[in-house]
Parts: sequence; structure tokens; C-alpha cells
Amino acid sequence: MSEKLLSVQDLHTSFFTDAGEVQAVNGVSFALDHGEILGIVGESGSGKSVTAYSIMQILAETGRVVGGKILYKGQDLSTWSESQMQSFRGKNCSIIFQDPMTSLNPVFTIGNQLKEAVVLHTERRGAEADRRVKELIELVGINEAEKRMKQYPFELSGGMRQRIMIAMALACEPDILIADEPTTALDVTIQAQILELIQSLQKKMGMAVILVTHDLGVIADMCDNIVVMYGGRICERGTAREIFYNPRHEYTKGLLRSIPNVSNMKKKLVPISGTPINMLNLPKGCAFCPRCSAAMKICLTEVPQELTINGAHKAACWMNVKDAYEEVRAK
Amino acid sequence: MNDTLLEVRNLKQYFPVKTGFGKTIPLKAVDDISLTVGRGETLGLVGESGCGKTTAGRSILRLYEPTAGEVIFDGEPVTAKNITHMRKLMQMVFQDPYSSLDPRMTVEDIIGEPLDVHHLCANRKERRERVLELMSFVGLNAEHARRYAHEFSGGQRQRIGIARALAVNPKFIVCDEPVSALDVSIQAQVINMFEELQEKLGVAYLFIAHDLLVVHHISRRIAVMYLGKIVEIADADELNEHPQHPYTESLLSAVPIPDPDVTRARKRIILEGDVPSPLHRPSGCPFRTRCRYATEQCAQECPTLTDRGGGHQVACWVK
Repeated sequence: MSEKLLSVQDLHTSFFTDAGEVQAVNGVSFALDHGEILGIVGESGSGKSVTAYSIMQILAETGRVVGGKILYKGQDLSTWSESQMQSFRGKNCSIIFQDPMTSLNPVFTIGNQLKEAVVLHTERRGAEADRRVKELIELVGINEAEKRMKQYPFELSGGMRQRIMIAMALACEPDILIADEPTTALDVTIQAQILELIQSLQKKMGMAVILVTHDLGVIADMCDNIVVMYGGRICERGTAREIFYNPRHEYTKGLLRSIPNVSNMKKKLVPISGTPINMLNLPKGCAFCPRCSAAMKICLTEVPQELTINGAHKAACWMNVKDAYEEVRAK
Repeated sequence: MNDTLLEVRNLKQYFPVKTGFGKTIPLKAVDDISLTVGRGETLGLVGESGCGKTTAGRSILRLYEPTAGEVIFDGEPVTAKNITHMRKLMQMVFQDPYSSLDPRMTVEDIIGEPLDVHHLCANRKERRERVLELMSFVGLNAEHARRYAHEFSGGQRQRIGIARALAVNPKFIVCDEPVSALDVSIQAQVINMFEELQEKLGVAYLFIAHDLLVVHHISRRIAVMYLGKIVEIADADELNEHPQHPYTESLLSAVPIPDPDVTRARKRIILEGDVPSPLHRPSGCPFRTRCRYATEQCAQECPTLTDRGGGHQVACWVK
């Protein structure tokens, strides 16, 4: 097997709060290839953002990676020093956040902030750095680059700010771009612009993208492979077509039934019952079990293991074990 | 015409904005919109942020005093004088279930408050019975009545907000982005509840949202707004299959559809640039600065909504 660009193995991340330990990520493994667009989808509290932050090691103070390995080109990131991580962030792997307003500094100009990234990670200085900044602004499709460099974030619209964030993330042509809900705060037409930009830049620069979102539409549009998360665990993974047309985890199935789509416009939606999971009080067995309509006895007590459905398509649901058993018995 | 419950005629809502040196200029949040909502019907209102859809909803209910125009409810004009009476017939559900419920009141008091305001219950026992009935309508348990809003999840809070709106037995509810603050798996629960309540109580909705798939699912007709104007109104399916206004066309093509084959096969029309500031609106048609088809005429004169057959109204010179 050829070496993966990024490989996350049995990642456990916990937050230590006054109310107790919150196991936000609970044994997540996945691998990312060169030039792949991987989608991580899940609702709030499913651990999708924490997984991304764990890779970058930018967790909040109370959070810690308590187990598992993150390998970048075969090297274990946890053994790296802080200064090595500093250069990893930005140079090899960059992140863009949901809210482009709060992730830009309001008291520095756009040019200043972009230049910081360039100076920090490359040998370029002075006028040469300025030239690179101008290049970057043009790269993300903003005209009048010279004028924009002198402007402050409040002078730009939301879509424009997100473009600046992308320019900043791409300053050193990283191998991996993590996009954490990059379009959630934006309008539909602006969202289309930003998604198009990410797609075209990905093709041009050949980087790998991890797209973290709750929007199944965005995922369907953008991603080669999809990881579905619930309650800090991966419940299903596979190619976009496998996940959407042949879901094999009860949560994925429920999610697809509950969203309005072209095919179910005239029908009633089938909601997932219950309320989102309380991470302080995880169920003993399958995390989705309290809301699952097909739950069995075993789901209450045993965490389901991932089962290969078809090639790279895997699901962690006891229903698949039951189906397989019944198939064998029928023979 | 007895089918029409609510008629909005040339509604305008301007806000004065200070520009310095003692000058003010009007911000035309809602500029001359007209629409109708039938009995027990859902009219969807979509548009991007800042297009005036929320303001339109609020002006209709007179949460703002409209600058001009008329709102006629069930044949009777809504005025500042009769608004207290009118609020018994039209209500609102707000977007944010966290800030729209008083944290110091129990659920029973939140839902009971409209009953008190309109003197709809003779005594405490009757009030309590009505509150419990409303709670069961929206799928809340009776034991929740004594709890405070912070003890509930987002989806449950939205249910409380809906029960409060239903308390006075309204015929019309403005739903201002009622599901956009909720998790995907919870949205369907609330959408279904809106539909069930409509079947049961025959209440009409003005459903304001930016999620076009949700709006398409719940609405019979859809109105599209851009910069304070309605640019297109049509039957929901007709609008989705044959959008006529260039803005609607690109808006629909920009919505990511949760179906990989469908969404990748279609052609996206990407709009250039951002929505102009409502303070400095382009002359003529508000959409012309981003429109592919814009002509001379579009810059000079603003097109009005005209019927293109079957109730499909479009405001565009070109198409």
C-alpha cells in the first residue's frame, strides 16, 4: 500500500470540563490521499470539527488528544515539537473557518495579514512578499488587489472575507486544506462562488481537501469520499455515490430521509426522532441507538465495529451483522 | 374573492439612516411589495440575507409601522388602531429559539401570556388546560410545563415558540426562518409539525427562509425577493421547474442538492459579485448589476410584476 498523505489512526480527543470528561472524538480513523476531497459530515456535537482541530493541534485549552496517532507522510505528528508544528500549520496543512469575520483581525489591513502568513512561512521579504500577496489576492478571484491590500476586514463582504481566508491558507501552497464549514455563514449564491473557487484551486494546485460540514448538499456536490460521524465516532464511510445511494447505517439512512430532496418533494419527511446526543452522557453501546428506530438489544450494550460493505464502503451498524447472519442462515 | 386571507398592497418599509451632517437617507428595506396568501395556504418567501424578507414579515404584522401600503386581513384593513384585535388572528414564530423565549418564565407562562393579554381564559384552571392542550399539539409533555426555556434543546424551544403563536387560535402565522437554527436531523421534525398543524387547524403560513429545498417542500407558492422587491411569484413546482427571472434561475442553480448524480450533472450559474447595499441601490431593476441579460432599459426603469399565465408573476424586462 502506498503511503497516505495523512492518516488518522484511532484518534481519541477529550475535553476536561468541570462537569467531567467529554469524549468528543472516540476512536476515529481515516486516511487522505493526495488530491482527494474528503467530506466529514455530521450534526453539531458529532466531533467533526474537533477531529479537524486535532489534526492541526489547535484544540481549546481544555482539550487534549488522549489516544491514537496522526501520521503526516508517515511521520507521527505527536512526536513533533511545537516549532515543528508551527511550520506544519500553514506550510503543509492549512485551515479555513466558518466565520470569516471573527477569524480575521479587525485592526490590521488585509495586505498586512496576508503578508504575515507569507513572511512566516517563506523566504520572501519586503517588496517580494508584497508581490506574492497581490498574486494570492488575484488567485482567489478578487480584482483591484492593490486597493484591497490597504482595506480592513470590515470593508469587505462576507464572501470576500472568506476569499481572503482562502488566500491566506494557500499562501504556502499546502498539501492539505481543511475547510471547517466554509460556507455556512454565507448566502446561497455566495456559497456557490466559494465552493467553485475551492474546487478550481484544488484542481489547479492538486492539494487534498478535508471539507467539514453539516450540509449534505455541499457534500454531494464536492466530495469524492465521505465520512459520516455521530457522537464522536464514524458510523459510515464510502464514496459519495455509495453513501447517498446505498446507505448502510441507520443514522445515514435517517439523515437522507429527513432532508427535503428532489425525489421526496411531495412526500412527508421522515424525521429522526429524539434529540441530539448529550456528549457528557454517552450511551454504552451504539451512540445513535437511543434515536434509532431499528435498534436491537445488542445496540444498547455493545459498540458496533466497522463492517466492509463493498470495497471502501464501511459501516458500523449491528443491522448489517444481522442481515449477513440471516443471509447465511437462509442458505 | 373569499379565498384570500391576507392581501398586501404596495407595502413599503423605509428606515432613516443618518449619513452625517444632520442628513438622513431612507434605507428601502421593503420597496413596494404586493402579495396574497390564501386560507390555509403556505406562501414561501425566499431571498438572500439583507433582501428584506424578515422586514416584510414584520411590517405585515405591524411590528414596524409601515411607511406606506396596505395590509388587508380577511377583508379588513390592518391599522394601528385595530392591531390588538388583529394580533389575535395573526402571529409570528421567530428564527432564534434561544433569544425569543424569556429565560425567567416557565413554559406554562410563556405559552399562557398571549391568553392573558387577550383575556381568553376565565380562570387559572381553564388557562392551564388550554396550555396543556397547546403543548400536546406541538409534541411537548405535560411535565414540561413547569420548566424554564434553558432546560430544552433547540428543537423543543422552537416547539414552545410555535405553541405560543398558536395560543390565540390565529388564522395566519409568519414563520421567520423557523428551522434554520436547528440541526439537520431536527429540522424535519419541526417541518412535519408545521404541516400537521396546518392540516389540523387550517392555519395559513408566510414561511420565510433562505433554504430553498425546505421552502419548496413546505410551500404551495413561493415568492422570491431581491433588494426589497419581489422579483417572481409562482406555484412552488412551477418556480422550481421553470424559473423565469434570471435571479431565481441562478439562485436555484446555486442550491447544492443532496444527490451526487443530480447536483453534478446540472449547470451552475454563478453570479458575479455581491448583493449591492440597499442604501445605494442600482437605478432601474435592482438585479441588473449582476444580471447576464441586463440591457439599457433595465438601468432606466424598474420592471413591475406581471402575470405570465397561471399566476406566475415575474418582474423582468428581458425574460
